[in-house]
Amino acid sequence: MKRQCCAPIFCPLAVLATLTFRGFKDVLNVRRSRALGFAAAALFCVSALAADITGAGATFPYPIYAKWADAYKKETGVGMNYQSIGSGGGIKQITAKTVQFGASDMPMKPEELEKYGLMQFPAIMGGDVMVYNVKGVASGAITLTGPQVADIYLGKIKKWNDPVLAKQNPGVKLPDQAISVVHRSDGSGTTFIFANYLSKVSDEWKTKVGEGTSVAWPTGVGGKGNEGVASYVQRIDGAIGYVEYAYAKQNKLSVAKMVNRDRQVVAPGEDTFKAAAASADWAKAPGMYLVLTDQAGKTSWPMTGASFILIHRQQERPDLAKEVLKFFDWSFDHGDSMAIELDYVPMPDSVVSMIRAAWKQQIKDAAGKPVY
Amino acid sequence: MSAVPGSPADYDIAVALPRNGVTPPGRAARGRWMDPAFEWLTRLFALLVFSILGAILLSLVAGSALSLEKYGVSFLWRQDWDPVKEQFGALVPIYGTLLTSFIALLIGVPVSFGIALFLTELSPPWLKRPLGIAIELLAAIPSIIYGMWGLFVFAPLFQAYVQPGLIATLGQVPGLAALFEGPPLGIGMLTAGLILSIMVIPFISAVMRDVFELVPPMLKESAYALGGTTWEVVWRVVLPYTKIGVVGGIMLGLGRALGETMAVTFVIGNAHRLSASLVAPGNSIASALANEFTEAVGDLYFSSLIELGLILFAITTVVLAASKLLLSRLARREGVRT
Repeated sequence: MKRQCCAPIFCPLAVLATLTFRGFKDVLNVRRSRALGFAAAALFCVSALAADITGAGATFPYPIYAKWADAYKKETGVGMNYQSIGSGGGIKQITAKTVQFGASDMPMKPEELEKYGLMQFPAIMGGDVMVYNVKGVASGAITLTGPQVADIYLGKIKKWNDPVLAKQNPGVKLPDQAISVVHRSDGSGTTFIFANYLSKVSDEWKTKVGEGTSVAWPTGVGGKGNEGVASYVQRIDGAIGYVEYAYAKQNKLSVAKMVNRDRQVVAPGEDTFKAAAASADWAKAPGMYLVLTDQAGKTSWPMTGASFILIHRQQERPDLAKEVLKFFDWSFDHGDSMAIELDYVPMPDSVVSMIRAAWKQQIKDAAGKPVY
Repeated sequence: MSAVPGSPADYDIAVALPRNGVTPPGRAARGRWMDPAFEWLTRLFALLVFSILGAILLSLVAGSALSLEKYGVSFLWRQDWDPVKEQFGALVPIYGTLLTSFIALLIGVPVSFGIALFLTELSPPWLKRPLGIAIELLAAIPSIIYGMWGLFVFAPLFQAYVQPGLIATLGQVPGLAALFEGPPLGIGMLTAGLILSIMVIPFISAVMRDVFELVPPMLKESAYALGGTTWEVVWRVVLPYTKIGVVGGIMLGLGRALGETMAVTFVIGNAHRLSASLVAPGNSIASALANEFTEAVGDLYFSSLIELGLILFAITTVVLAASKLLLSRLARREGVRT
């Protein structure tokens, strides 16, 4: 869609069109960027001639989607407008067909996908880390196992010098201090990864609490957003909490090491996240319903997660669907370094080729022809 | 009502609007259609209020149909809030909303009264204006700022210096012990109530000051001339004269406290647990909505959240109605006495 901006008449028209279009969308799902979009439309009047892609959903991948969109626009002239209204909102918008793709941190179950006629694929990865605030204990000094984290969050391990924790961490001076549990108060993909992991490693957690973007916490206080959890943890002596890896890294929080499924001690980082994704068996997951927590592999980080894109299988507007797939195709090819810059983890190549095959197989136009 | 000074009846100026096409003599021909048009326009605006109110109520009821159907009235006293097992109940947020607002008024009303009293009766003239403007500025600060300040500045100080003291003193008094049980986290119901009280003070004190200034100087001067102290004048003359305005100001503050979202979300601790302790984390209706709306995926979950909104609507209506009732009772008693 490369074209010169040679028709000055079109520009104001296009800007106007974008403006009114945006006005409608704002009414639909509020939030963000009318001014931004307007400025973008005014600057790149070329692109306004081509149809912009619209998507909505999860907040966790918003920074990287926005960055990809920016770079993609510079290269192709096609804009991508992503509204980070939350995973729940993303699912609602895509089922109502007000956007061309939805995004969710929690994968939809295969039967749900069937029900709404959707397909999903993972686009980007990240992970949760445990952060703590114990006087005199440095970052990375404490190692925890999954069942121990579950017992802490169930309120069964109440003190830092609990024999179980002391045995796990010989040589670390753990104080005789109450553990203050901090969790997210808002529904979040971060919570989903955390609760999903605990459900996998602790039966008691699975039956008593379960998994979801928000759960009924047996104990602790709730902070809003990663920043809310982080500020509570930093404030309260003896606190423990979970936040997104990128957030912990950028804010230099004290991070715990974890014992993974192969009983190896691992530290969070790009390598351990990638290892978890690589050892996952995507081919055997129907509807790509796969959560990357508690994966096998010596170097796998146990609380890894992917953020998913949702798109309709039967496309009424194959041209638009094609643009969406083109965008993600381009991002898989060119977006890795941008992702790493923002402390996300790009999808491994093996998974990407499977995603491409799934597009061909599943996304069709009215005549049953693959759109891309 | 008309016995009460300051009631709307006092300001009822009969406006001669043309009715049934009768045009008062000497009016321009234009007035023949302009006046009725204007009348209808204002009537339309007035009706708009009702229609918006009705539409909100309708959409709240329609949105919460699922949860109304499933739980009925028991929603009000169910304690669970479990999005995974889809079990919902409103007791914890209702309790949190009422408790934090109560704490806010408990502290906010006396302080506001003091501020208004000082401003109108005791303050040297040169201090009046800056102090008045400062209060109005406090009212203009967005609530998110109060929330951030509460979380990053107030809560740590409260945790380090005030809470241990409270727990060591009031927490040891038999009967009060349950109210101050638990570790000092710095956040919780009490902190939320305190932040709310700071937020409602400018509203209440601004209204109180305005109505105190409406008291005719003659009344006050006479009371002073009879030998009344400042306190007696305020308590016996100023307050009775202005009580409608004062109650109105308190209700305005209560309205803000009940519906306050961001500031409370930051400091209340957001835990769906019922606790007698004031220092324990809790939840309020508005902060539960702010926290959970975006990611509420299940239909029943969504519907339960909307029903929480409906309950907040109902609480506000009851509070308003109760205050009107109180005022009319007061007015009636007044009528008997005079």
